[in-house]
Amino acid sequence: MTRKQRRGILIGTSLVVLGVAVGLVLFAMRNSIVFFYSPSEVAKMQIAPGQRFRLGGLVETGSVVRSEGTTVRFVVTDMAKALPVTFTGVLPDLFREGQGVVAEGTLAADGTFQADNVLAKHDEKYMPPEVAKKLKEQGVWRGDAQAGTPGAPGKVN
Amino acid sequence: MIAETGHYALILALGVAIVQMVLPLIGTRTRDPQLMAVAAPAAQLEFILIAIAFIALMTAYVTSDFSVENVWRNSHSAKPLLYKIAGVWGNHEGSMVLWVLILSLFGAAVATFGTNLPRQLQANVLAVQGSIGVAFLLFIVITSNPFTRLDPAPFDGQGLNPVLQDPALAFHPPFLYTGYVGFSMAFSFAVAALIEGRIDAAWARWVRPWTLAAWMCLTLGIAMGSWWAYYELGWGGFWFWDPVENASFMPWLAGTALLHSALVMEKRDALKVWTVLLAIITFSLSLMGTFLVRSGVLTSVHAFAVDPARGIFILAIMGVFIGGALALFAWRAPLLSQGGLFAPISREGSLVLNNLLLTTACAAVFVGTLYPLALEALTGDKISVGPPFFNFTFAPLILPLLIAVPFGPLLAWKRGDLLAAAQRLMAAACLALAITVLVLAFQQRGPWLAPFGIGVGVWLIAGAFTEIAYRVKLFDTSRSEAWRRLRNLPRAAYGSALAHSGLGLVVIGIVATTAWRSEQILALKPGETADIAGYTLTFKGVAPRQGPNYRERVALFTVTRGGKEVTELTPSKREFTVEKSGTTEAGIHASWRGDLYAVLGDQLKDGAYSVRLYFNPLVRLIWLGAVVMFVGGGVSLSDRRLRVGAPKRAQAKIAAVPAGE
Repeated sequence: MTRKQRRGILIGTSLVVLGVAVGLVLFAMRNSIVFFYSPSEVAKMQIAPGQRFRLGGLVETGSVVRSEGTTVRFVVTDMAKALPVTFTGVLPDLFREGQGVVAEGTLAADGTFQADNVLAKHDEKYMPPEVAKKLKEQGVWRGDAQAGTPGAPGKVN
Repeated sequence: MIAETGHYALILALGVAIVQMVLPLIGTRTRDPQLMAVAAPAAQLEFILIAIAFIALMTAYVTSDFSVENVWRNSHSAKPLLYKIAGVWGNHEGSMVLWVLILSLFGAAVATFGTNLPRQLQANVLAVQGSIGVAFLLFIVITSNPFTRLDPAPFDGQGLNPVLQDPALAFHPPFLYTGYVGFSMAFSFAVAALIEGRIDAAWARWVRPWTLAAWMCLTLGIAMGSWWAYYELGWGGFWFWDPVENASFMPWLAGTALLHSALVMEKRDALKVWTVLLAIITFSLSLMGTFLVRSGVLTSVHAFAVDPARGIFILAIMGVFIGGALALFAWRAPLLSQGGLFAPISREGSLVLNNLLLTTACAAVFVGTLYPLALEALTGDKISVGPPFFNFTFAPLILPLLIAVPFGPLLAWKRGDLLAAAQRLMAAACLALAITVLVLAFQQRGPWLAPFGIGVGVWLIAGAFTEIAYRVKLFDTSRSEAWRRLRNLPRAAYGSALAHSGLGLVVIGIVATTAWRSEQILALKPGETADIAGYTLTFKGVAPRQGPNYRERVALFTVTRGGKEVTELTPSKREFTVEKSGTTEAGIHASWRGDLYAVLGDQLKDGAYSVRLYFNPLVRLIWLGAVVMFVGGGVSLSDRRLRVGAPKRAQAKIAAVPAGE
């Protein structure tokens, strides 16, 4: 086998593998990407029922209602708009009223959000960035205060 | 006092690192042996100083010195000792100290054990290693000082994030970091080679043990993280394609490729430029992982603090090192002598295929991990790229590699015989096919592809045994002769066979769990029963219990199978009083068939509890396989030929079979 043929085989194989990889990535990008919206954006955007997306916001205080079996209803709000959510399953540990939440699912025909996954956020201080931004704009942000020091001992050194 | 000592030691270490970076470089330029000789003691001193700082921080944690802000934020006097110690790296500042500690440990190791390295190469390597140390020590001293004091000292600390209070997670960061940071050695050797403009097969022999050690630790670190996520997060999954997981997985893929390409370079003096590039890429991915995890770009358990200054600092470090190394590569790589091209069907050829597929798969993971970040930065659109993307792109790219793995070791260097290798693998292929058919026949549900996945796993394991059997001529020679050969086989051969069969175990575990897992979400009242995967669980009720630093509600399930009592499961929900947050502790019953996994949910309005039950078949094989891979790496590392400066390579070769390594 000549040097030229060897190089040809090497380059050819590389191109095939890369081509397949690019094809797979592009195809997967089209089909398995999920957008993230806040309730205000959902209200604005006219999302077709059945299209998957992630909904982020705060769990409205007093909105959590348990119904049949393990089904839970609650309202996700970004302080401007609110969207009712239905979820069947076990809620993550850090799911609390007044705390940030991310739910993944689709809009039902009646305009409620059918979540099939409510994400466990690891940190109780977590808040979806756009919610934090919205809250800051409206002057009700208290995330930094939470992280701050209760006794506020001064820093030295 | 202790905290100040630590702080002082850190600043001294920075000074020493600057010396370690500058003087040897000048020395190699001016060919001054005295300046070059500074490198080794400086590297050792840097390590000692950072170790002092680390011990100081650990002392502050163990003695619960809450006048140190870092301790106050992340510890509490009621916390068990193990988590006081683990708390040292359970936060941003402390984990960065651990990072530089491991970095300097590797530097000191090269200084101490690399005495037979060419002086100039050693000086350059340590200078590069020193420069990484300078960058990260600066980062710690300027933006993340762990020794900041509080005055007055608070009475007690704020505690450690409860999900981090777990034995597996206590050891996950040290292993992961040893892996991540260990690749800095390969990087330093690569940059040193570029500075010298010279590289040879011996270079690869020096780089390989360090890379292998790092790879082993990274393998175990990733496995520990996955094991922790499996039982602690309560989702019953072992891998989520979370960006943080990907951040550790990408260096692993690139590092695995590097191990194999260094092999070609060592044996055949080829693929030099590629190996150097791969060494740079591997450590760059480690740096990127550090950036992704530490900068707070990603919100996760790892983003201890979201401080933009830190993010920008790490981004700058990343830019300097990756950009600098790649620019140096573009400038100097043409100087490195190229090895010849070789036949596609040969050991080298198979290793090139390995590299091609591993790096492409790594690139696919890279795209999926960074695309959302890039899109958000450019357009403001927020998207998430989830498991479907990675499963769809990663699996098809890695599958051909898995099928090709058993062929590699059976092909000779220079010119391999694919047909002969295929004939030798006939038994392995038959076994894999038989098991595939068997599984297909018994499969009641799940995708039709799953049995083939199991077959691939069996193929990997059987292929690894075939290689050993072939090399000792198990069936072609007398038993005593085979035994003699078995004993004389180089350990590296056993190492690679073990690592490859470990990979097979992982594949079987992943396929079985993904395809045949059962899941049920139920509302159960005390006294009610649930059936899953042949088990019957009776819910006895929920009782409160007090732990060392938490309160928990424990559910009791009795588990029977075919009328016989098997075990009791006690999943619980813990409420940590200090941290004011909770964790879910899954109740897990492990058996050879798989794991029965129960999670307690919230109390529902009619007195029932929501309960999630899983049966995860063969899931333990995933972690068992990772441990086997780790052991394989260790066996390989103990091979005398890999030991730097081990005498008489030639003699070991005579003992080996004609196929060579």
